[in-house]
Amino acid sequence: MSRYDSMFEVLAERGEGAFIPFTVLGDPDPDGSLDVIGWLVESGADALELGVPFSDPVADGPVIQAASSRALAAGTTPRVCLDLVDQVRRTNPDIPIGLLMYANPVLAHGMDAFYADAAEAGVDSVLIADVPVAEVAPFAEAANRHGVEPVLIAPIDAADRTLREVVAWGKGYTYVLGRAGVTGDANRASLAHDALLGRLHALGAPPPVVGFGIGSPDQVRQALRAGAAGVIAGTAIVRRISDHHEVVEFVTSMKAATRP
Amino acid sequence: MKLSTRFGEYGGVFVPEILVPALEQLETAFVEAQNDSHFRSELDDLLATYAGRPTPLYRCRNLGAETSATMWLKREDLLHGGAHKTNQVLAQALLAKRLGKTRLIAETGAGQHGVATAMAGALLGLETVIYMGSKDIERQQPNVFRMELLGAKVETVDAGAATLKEAINAAMRDWAASYPTTHYLLGTVAGPHPFPTIVREFQSVIGTEARAQFVDAVGALPDVVLACVGGGSNAIGVWSAFLDDEQVQLVGVEAAGHGLHTEHHGATLERGRPGVLHGAYTYVLQDDEGQIAEAHSVSAGLDYPGVGPEHAYLLESGRASYVGVDDQAALAAAEALAQAEGIIPALESAHAVAHALELARACTEPRTMLINLSGRGDKDLETMMRHR
Ligand SMILES: Cc1ncc(COP(=O)(O)O)c(C=O)c1O
Repeated sequence: MSRYDSMFEVLAERGEGAFIPFTVLGDPDPDGSLDVIGWLVESGADALELGVPFSDPVADGPVIQAASSRALAAGTTPRVCLDLVDQVRRTNPDIPIGLLMYANPVLAHGMDAFYADAAEAGVDSVLIADVPVAEVAPFAEAANRHGVEPVLIAPIDAADRTLREVVAWGKGYTYVLGRAGVTGDANRASLAHDALLGRLHALGAPPPVVGFGIGSPDQVRQALRAGAAGVIAGTAIVRRISDHHEVVEFVTSMKAATRP
Repeated sequence: MKLSTRFGEYGGVFVPEILVPALEQLETAFVEAQNDSHFRSELDDLLATYAGRPTPLYRCRNLGAETSATMWLKREDLLHGGAHKTNQVLAQALLAKRLGKTRLIAETGAGQHGVATAMAGALLGLETVIYMGSKDIERQQPNVFRMELLGAKVETVDAGAATLKEAINAAMRDWAASYPTTHYLLGTVAGPHPFPTIVREFQSVIGTEARAQFVDAVGALPDVVLACVGGGSNAIGVWSAFLDDEQVQLVGVEAAGHGLHTEHHGATLERGRPGVLHGAYTYVLQDDEGQIAEAHSVSAGLDYPGVGPEHAYLLESGRASYVGVDDQAALAAAEALAQAEGIIPALESAHAVAHALELARACTEPRTMLINLSGRGDKDLETMMRHR
């Protein structure tokens, strides 16, 4: 059973949703990001979503763009990212770890080699922000060859045809977009996704996890009530990484909101 | 998607899933408009009475006169707005109207595409926002003021090298949230499908006219057709009519900036590798890790580390070849054309002129060269003054 499957199973038994924090690998620098990841885990993260910094993050708002720039300036290459994951994996054998990245670094590494190296570092899933389901086949096939789960995005207004494809190719979990736009928490999640969550359940999609614009415990409760299996918070984490105490307090409160 | 999204293996739709429906909708509107005589006639009318088509084909009287070559200029510099950009901007703006969109967004480097979009926004009553890097804002001041005078809002983009690449990033981010009401009017044959196909179609008027004009004047086809290549729209436009004429050599001229041996150039097809940038699988200037490199060129319109996917295909198929012309040579060619013919070209177009002159000097027998003079140099006067 995959780490995501075990996590969702255990959480379901407890009647809990998953809280999945996102941070950018190498932000503010490689060692600093290991500290941040440690804080996320100690304060109750059920899984980790880790960004691989890219020079042109078109799906990201200003906060995560700035984080990517900091990480790149600190010398965070994809190779460094995989080394960081490897270190996290050593002390956390069971936590699901997903990468969130862009297509070009995967291609530059060599598609097959990238998934092989990611698997070896202990990565469970890879979501590529600029690879929609229409282009995913070669990426997903390479991922599958190496036991990495390709995660796909279900936008709130997705056509049936798109959703069926997302379900056919996606593994691990389904990333449900809480709203249109780029990452950021200023424009709050619309949370008008009850219908989408229902459609995903009906199609037998991997567990739906809501991301984009999630920044408060209320939103967590709302998303779970609507049928989500978990939530991802990114910008709200990245904003706080300079302060250990704030990160712990935020993650603890978000995790608490996933409990019945 | 209904149309092919690729040119050989290049192209595709590498965008966040959220934007795919917007691209599908645009493709549908494009296909329908192509078969709608009302759309065609409205566009043709605007091209003729508003933009000034057909543009002339001019045989240089003095430039290269000491060589055995004859140079012909397709005068897109005389088009309303001052560059070829207007051709396809009018078409896309009509598509936006057709889709019921009320707002246009666009990126701009040299400011020519921004100016053309601002013109179309004013003409068709669409709110217009232009994203432009702060470095380009500084070096293309007259065009910034022109856009504002036309009623557009110019949004400054400060990230990275603050040039065309970052302006496209910013426009794509805007569109991911605004697509229900907004059309992203991309300015070249780059980006995700269907943009390379749409822009190509609506720039092909350059080649269709030029080929007929040339045959009419000379009674034969040109030996070489040259164009500068930033994203690649004026080149695809003028080449479109010659692709099947295999005896006609197609030469694209990229920005060699400080030189192809340096890291400061925009020679994507000569120095880049296949990768994904701004929605397409194409040639990209990048480092070993896949981070996109910053380009450099004295001309803002060629200062871009990507290129339209059809050019990647034309390069690999061998149908077109690509060369670099550096900043100094482009500046010198602009001056040479100004003094030989009384025509001040845009610095982008001056790259094509520079390489044509080089070819002409090497000619040992009569050859005819058709150069797409993609734009006029008014916007570059300050840069030319500074470098003189
Ligand atoms: C006059 C002129 N020529 C050429 C270009 C380069 O674009 P493309 O390669 O798409 O023709 C620009 C772009 O700004 C331009 O303003």
